[in-house]
Amino acid sequence: METLIAIRDTITVQEALDFIQSPECGGEVIFTGTVRNDTRGRGVTKLFYECYETMALSEMQKIADRVQAQWNIKKLVMLHAIGDKYPGDIAVVIAVASAHRGIAFDACEFTIDTLKETVPIWKKEFFMDGEIGQ
Amino acid sequence: MGLLLFGVAKDIAGAALVDLPETVTNVAELKRWLYDHYPAMQQLSSLMIAVNREYAADTQMIHASDEVAVIPPVSGG
Repeated sequence: METLIAIRDTITVQEALDFIQSPECGGEVIFTGTVRNDTRGRGVTKLFYECYETMALSEMQKIADRVQAQWNIKKLVMLHAIGDKYPGDIAVVIAVASAHRGIAFDACEFTIDTLKETVPIWKKEFFMDGEIGQ
Repeated sequence: MGLLLFGVAKDIAGAALVDLPETVTNVAELKRWLYDHYPAMQQLSSLMIAVNREYAADTQMIHASDEVAVIPPVSGG
């Protein structure tokens, strides 16, 4: 399995699509997580993401290792953005390619669910009323 | 020894890096020290410690050369 794992100020869906292109793959699944303009009914102006980068990259690699052990996935992309992000901005991209679609859906869901549980990345929410939440 | 702090733990401590006393020799002792010095950390839904960029159990020893970090509840994605 080939992997692209990165944490950067700016990430794009296109770089993920470009990476997973492969003649041996017939199923490509892309998940994008974008900044929502509200949290539980409160307006959000922006999110600020920070990470413990060396450990975050190591935990993302562990997720990739688990995907490789569990499914016959050919390509896996995990991108996470850091810094100030505004409603509509992309915060995370997961892309998976395999010969057929079924395992690509499973691996994509496993990857984003596990990333949210184990990777040391934090968001701070800035609300329209001026409050800041963790 | 330095202790790295992130997210809300950093905000509670008011610093991204604090000195850790040499009396702290394992993860459980570190958590007790944190709760004593920063009582607001007791309100967090979880508090993990990473030693050398790996999540560490309470029994894990901490040595002067280790990279030690406080990991409050993560919220990526």
